[in-house]
Amino acid sequence: MNLSDLVFIVTALITVTAAVGVVGFKNIVHSALSLVLSFLGVAALYFQLQAGFLGLVQILVYAGAVSVLIIFAIMLVMDKDPDESNRSHAKQKYWGGLIALLVTLGLGAAIGSTIWPQSSGSLPEDSVGALATLLLGDYVVAFEVAALLLLVAVVGAIILAKGAGEHD
Amino acid sequence: MQISMLAPEIEIALLGLLLLVLGLLLPHKGRGIMGTVTFLGLVIALLLSAAGFGQEEALFNGVYQADSYGSFFKLLFILAGLLVVLSGSAYIQRLGRRANEFYSFLVFALLGMVVMAAAGELITLYIGLELMTISFYILTAYLLNNELSVEAGLKYLILGAISSAVLLFGISLVYAVSGTTVISEIAGHMQFQPAMVAGIILMIAGFAFKLSLVPFHMWAPDIYQGAPIPVTAFLAVGSKAAAFAAFVRVFMLALPLPQFEWGLVLAVLAACTIILGNLVALVQTDIKRLLAYSSIAQAGYILVGMVAGNEYGLKGVLFYAMLYVFSNLGAFAVATAVEVETGSTSIEAFKALGKRSPMLAAIMTVCLLSLAGIPPLAGFVGKFYLFSGAIGAGYLWLAFVGLLMSMVSVYYYLMVAKAMYIGTNDDMTPIKPDTSTRVALWICLAATVLIGVYPAPLSALAQTAIQLF
Repeated sequence: MNLSDLVFIVTALITVTAAVGVVGFKNIVHSALSLVLSFLGVAALYFQLQAGFLGLVQILVYAGAVSVLIIFAIMLVMDKDPDESNRSHAKQKYWGGLIALLVTLGLGAAIGSTIWPQSSGSLPEDSVGALATLLLGDYVVAFEVAALLLLVAVVGAIILAKGAGEHD
Repeated sequence: MQISMLAPEIEIALLGLLLLVLGLLLPHKGRGIMGTVTFLGLVIALLLSAAGFGQEEALFNGVYQADSYGSFFKLLFILAGLLVVLSGSAYIQRLGRRANEFYSFLVFALLGMVVMAAAGELITLYIGLELMTISFYILTAYLLNNELSVEAGLKYLILGAISSAVLLFGISLVYAVSGTTVISEIAGHMQFQPAMVAGIILMIAGFAFKLSLVPFHMWAPDIYQGAPIPVTAFLAVGSKAAAFAAFVRVFMLALPLPQFEWGLVLAVLAACTIILGNLVALVQTDIKRLLAYSSIAQAGYILVGMVAGNEYGLKGVLFYAMLYVFSNLGAFAVATAVEVETGSTSIEAFKALGKRSPMLAAIMTVCLLSLAGIPPLAGFVGKFYLFSGAIGAGYLWLAFVGLLMSMVSVYYYLMVAKAMYIGTNDDMTPIKPDTSTRVALWICLAATVLIGVYPAPLSALAQTAIQLF
């Protein structure tokens, strides 16, 4: 095992543990903070893969903006005791854990026993430029549809949040 | 010129945006025209798609496909959208101020379906799928003061997110092994590795959820019951057909049967779906739940054609998906008209409909019999293609299960007919649906009968569309 593997294992462990924490914490604010840690772990994985731009975007958008939004949303709508705000059902907790464990073992076995093809190409000099060419070139349909998707989500969120009762 | 090949998609996207803006700008009285604008916009999209039929072109290095297969499904989705808008306009008007955005969400859901059917690449396909399902999450929860609707929206959101995650995980494994996400190139890089198998299983599970195949069907009845009825209709027809369009394209092109034997897995899924869907439908007392279980069973029949994977079977998939639009939306249009009038969706409300509105009762009966597969209606021809495809591919037992369960389905479809013609109702006031609903009903009736009596044109269209495989 070389240093790069070790770094990967540590960051991956932090990411996964933090993700489990999101589900496990009883206080939803702690869950949100745990989510930030998980996002940062993913960013670290991007950095290790030398996708610096993606790593920065991940920190800026997810660890920064999205988590602040989540915490604001919690602050605005939470109306119960914080310590009881993210309770899980005792019975389903164990079943869920068991199924998660089985899925992990099954997929782990499949992934572990696969001989993975290795990419022979080298890293592009200008990864941001290459990304931009892809997004507005071959993937332009997906790119534009994703923009519409965000619009739909925003309008939908406003409509659902405003609630019924206002009829004109 | 590449961009002109995307004309239907661009037109639908612009229509959605136009509707959003119009809803804000129009004065209160002018809002009645929203339905008309949607209708006209969709008619233009229909013409553009029809004009594109017969072109076979791979855009953006195969990432997006402008082919007959995609155009066939585009026509199908737009027809479904048109019928939903026509038959649902009376219902949608009751939503008051929020009715404006309702139309634009319908149009964006339609755009998602179109992108799914034409995507030649897995990420584009996924984005189309998300646009469709996110629009549907919102539409499902649209009746905000109805607890069932809100609960249905929340359930759909959570379960939909899980299934999307499963599908994405599958896509990522397939990408990791094959090194490409372009559907037509995956087969060339196919390696029989454990991770590939895991990826394919996860993708089957993800699609099976969207198609509500047993055992991934648990969400469907609750969500179909809770959602506003035009949304239920669009969900049952459009969303299912879109998932089939993508499922067939991915599995026939990227993972061809000779390389990976997924036929038997799907055959077992199809058999379970047909049996459970039909048996549970027998005991339903709510028309939305009955049609939900019936649509689970119908997805099972369509899957039979895909399992067969031969010319007859695939033709059957497209043929059945198209006739299912007319027969199922006809039944939903009647249910919508009855709900607008009585406020109820229980089968009790249909009692004596034969006297209250002979036209509604007659169209409901014809559509249900078509779904049951009674000749000479459209459903019979569709099932004939599907099951003969299965027999041709050596799945005799599956065709037998399908035939047997079709006979069972006649019972619950006729239970509705019995209520309509033999039942008595305290309220005997005649039900008069508005003009647009009547137009939708006549279209459904005419198409269901015509396709059944003279299937050749639709069959030829489906034949052209499956040249791809």
